[in-house]
Amino acid sequence: MTIVNVQHTHQWLVEHGDYLYRYALARVRDTHQAEDLVQETLIAAIQNNSYAGKSAPRTWLTGILKHKIIDLMRRQVREQPLDHEEALPDEPGMDEFFADDGHWDEKPGFWSPPEDELEQKQFFVILQQCMDRLPKKLAQIFLMREVHESDNEEICKELEISTTNAWVMLYRARMGLRKCLELNWLDK
Amino acid sequence: MLSCKQASQLLSQSLDRGLLRRERIGLVFHLMLCSMCRRFGRQIEAMRKMVRRLRQQIEQDEAVRLPAEAQQRIAHVLATRHMHGK
Repeated sequence: MTIVNVQHTHQWLVEHGDYLYRYALARVRDTHQAEDLVQETLIAAIQNNSYAGKSAPRTWLTGILKHKIIDLMRRQVREQPLDHEEALPDEPGMDEFFADDGHWDEKPGFWSPPEDELEQKQFFVILQQCMDRLPKKLAQIFLMREVHESDNEEICKELEISTTNAWVMLYRARMGLRKCLELNWLDK
Repeated sequence: MLSCKQASQLLSQSLDRGLLRRERIGLVFHLMLCSMCRRFGRQIEAMRKMVRRLRQQIEQDEAVRLPAEAQQRIAHVLATRHMHGK
């Protein structure tokens, strides 16, 4: 066991700061939050005060960062006021998509994923814009599931929601995102 | 027979959990007959793939670096923390 001292953390900041920053940014998609997460991770490393040396420092730090990311996502979801439509998980509010008989009212329009690198670049721009347009809470749970790859159990535990509620919210996020891509991703 | 609404919900949930046998059978049957739901299923799978690819791209982009200013600020915070203990 190594006692973490100031040289360690400074060296870690220099050697792994960029990596941790990219890792965080890829998941929270906000530069300021990503910077803060790097800082919190290194502070937690000091407070833990025990780097067991069993794994590479980068692996150890990434493990701490992962927890910090989940903490942040949980805080953000909880701080979101329940707006009217999101407060009713049993009423998915999907009526705009389906007729009374359950058939597509507004049929899913055609689009297909990008095929080459240039297209992919353009697609990513639209994809990010569309994620930003989702209601905050849905965007967070979607990020947690699809980007952070939390499983259902983790999502329900961290967000204190029921399994069914999680499925409904993920469904709504996917419906919204799919529609937004249909409208904005002009696939030739 | 599942409605499109039910089929689309199951398609979404199949990305989050294993479907029950009877749900799977119902879904396969519906998809055989419904091109709209097949399209929906393909698209939400493509979304998952692209969202993860975007994440990997940012993770591996060497040009994305912790801004120097932030690095300095963090270095300062860490030094102060060490001085004052926990």
